[in-house]
Amino acid sequence: MEAFVRLEGIAAPLLRSNIDTDQIIPAKFLVRVSYAGIGEGLFAGWRLRADGSPDPDFILNRTPWNKSVILLADNNFGCGSSREGAPKALRDWGIRSVIAPSFGNIFFSNCFRNGLLPVELPIEQIRAIAQQVESSAGAGNVCVDLKAQTVTSPQGEAFTFHAPERLRRMLLEGLDEIDLTLTLSAEIERFRGADRIKRPWAYGHGQRAR
Amino acid sequence: MARTFFEKVWSDHVIADLGDGTSLLQIDRLFLHDLSGSHALRDLEESGRKPPSPEQVFVVIDHTIDTAPGRGPSQSHMKAGAEMITSVRRRAPQFGFTFFDVTDPRQGIVHVVSPEQGIALPGTTLVCGDSHTCTVGGVGAVAWGIGSSEGEHVLATQTLSQAKPKTMRVNFEGELQPGVYAKDMVLHLIGTIGANGGNGHAVEFAGSTIRSLPVEGRLTICNMAIEFSAKYGFVPADGITFEYLRGRPYAPQGEDWDRAVAYWRSLATDAGATFDREETIDCAAIRPQVTWGASPQQVVAIDGAVPSPAAVADGAARSPVERALEYMQLTPGAPIEGLPIQAAYIGSCTNARLSDLRAAAAILKGRVIAPGVQAICVPGSTQVKAAAEAEGLDRIFKAAGFEWHESGCALCANMGNERLADIRVISTTNRNFEGRQGPRTRTHLASPATVAASAIAGRIADARKLV
Repeated sequence: MEAFVRLEGIAAPLLRSNIDTDQIIPAKFLVRVSYAGIGEGLFAGWRLRADGSPDPDFILNRTPWNKSVILLADNNFGCGSSREGAPKALRDWGIRSVIAPSFGNIFFSNCFRNGLLPVELPIEQIRAIAQQVESSAGAGNVCVDLKAQTVTSPQGEAFTFHAPERLRRMLLEGLDEIDLTLTLSAEIERFRGADRIKRPWAYGHGQRAR
Repeated sequence: MARTFFEKVWSDHVIADLGDGTSLLQIDRLFLHDLSGSHALRDLEESGRKPPSPEQVFVVIDHTIDTAPGRGPSQSHMKAGAEMITSVRRRAPQFGFTFFDVTDPRQGIVHVVSPEQGIALPGTTLVCGDSHTCTVGGVGAVAWGIGSSEGEHVLATQTLSQAKPKTMRVNFEGELQPGVYAKDMVLHLIGTIGANGGNGHAVEFAGSTIRSLPVEGRLTICNMAIEFSAKYGFVPADGITFEYLRGRPYAPQGEDWDRAVAYWRSLATDAGATFDREETIDCAAIRPQVTWGASPQQVVAIDGAVPSPAAVADGAARSPVERALEYMQLTPGAPIEGLPIQAAYIGSCTNARLSDLRAAAAILKGRVIAPGVQAICVPGSTQVKAAAEAEGLDRIFKAAGFEWHESGCALCANMGNERLADIRVISTTNRNFEGRQGPRTRTHLASPATVAASAIAGRIADARKLV
């Protein structure tokens, strides 16, 4: 898995609440054999006009925001559909971290498995960062440090956040989660042996079908 | 100590404590579908790993398959759709998974199929790469949507690491008025607590209204838990659940059934158990609900009006309202009833079970839809379709001017068919997001009765005036 330790770069303010994963990546871009190149559909309904040309009013189409590596958003970013194409589209387009007051739970979890860091900060802090970014016309970089669990604004203000420890370690070290889990194979076998006796139906015992 | 249903099911599935509130959980059922499942299956094959428990994995084709009457087995509106379907068709049996192919009489929308077949069972953990997996909380399963990487993790280990959520109970109390349905209950709830209202919580639906609600209505309510950002929603199993599940193909039989029921009863929330949060909804006051905006929280009663941004006091809330009004092409302050529509859609994992089709047919019987309206019915499963045909519902739908489709998700989630582009649709689905049903499609969510009545009027209509 792709590791994430520290990131510094341009942050695009998209301060809307409830940005759902259908906006991040419309379903038709998910119908593909490989996820490669899925960034073409990122925010397609907002980024592209009906004829497929870029909408110059959308922030990610404007200089310098077209080089953004961080997205600043409002509440409940990534709500809705569980599609893993959402973090993949952000990552493929070039975004490595999204900072919002809260996230859709499934999206939040999907991010860590795709080298994308979701950071929860209070909206006041995000607005302060966005204001500094905008007043510098995007020239002021934002820094996200997963090791220190801090976000530093263009004017040097540091804000702390908390990432779930296991996911944080996975991302810092680029660990494969399945390999991690398989180190617990003995515990899994022991659990399932006892559980199969307690709840045989959960393992298909006694069913008419099959 | 008094415990909630969720706490009991959770602790019965903890294999290991991973620290920081996260546990490794046993997963009893994994469902894969052609859209998210094809990626997980390909990755599994490439990894060379062997699934440890293929009898706990089920696969169905529902998302990218066309729903047009008489469809072919790999018919999709997108070229890659056919490729995804055929790759799932090839790989699922190779791994020994139970597979419901397009032509199988058990095929249908994954969350309709899993309780229908008795695959989703009370107190089981069930996951699927689809956020509406919470639907099957309606039979007392703890079920949630996952990404395709998590799906691959389950395929390889039959486990998943999860952070334990907070608990919340929503008490629906009182008797519903005639013409008010489970869909109206959940839309009203979302309008009350907001699209972010359940974030981070596992939600138990309880109260007198839920206790007397049939399983199909419970499935509708649990389906939309994710629409207020609760990953999990459920109704702990009771006598109504057991009656529904008894004898279904994948439910336990004989002595296994009796043992299972005794265990399932023990999972009920103890008297005196506490939740991190509780909400109570007065059901007697609920009127039929229709969404006006581009989030399920943007909802009004059928006799209500589209809001005016000026009337929204909170400055931060104003801009989403303005955006939604612009996208939906609505006049602030206009009544929702009477708004002209160009399409009516009855389908989806929310509202396409037999009771939903019956409720719509009761309105449609002896009537015809308004000229110029595209009206489409997509039964939730092939089995629902057959049952509806056995009682003649298909003839009522067709005589009224509805198209009668094969089962699937495509028209709810814009899988390539853009026939709903640029128009206003009243829909029994669960998402009115921008572009959800097609480019610039303006979706209004409502119950099957409201959709049927609106198809007849050619405008958003109050079904209670037609019965």
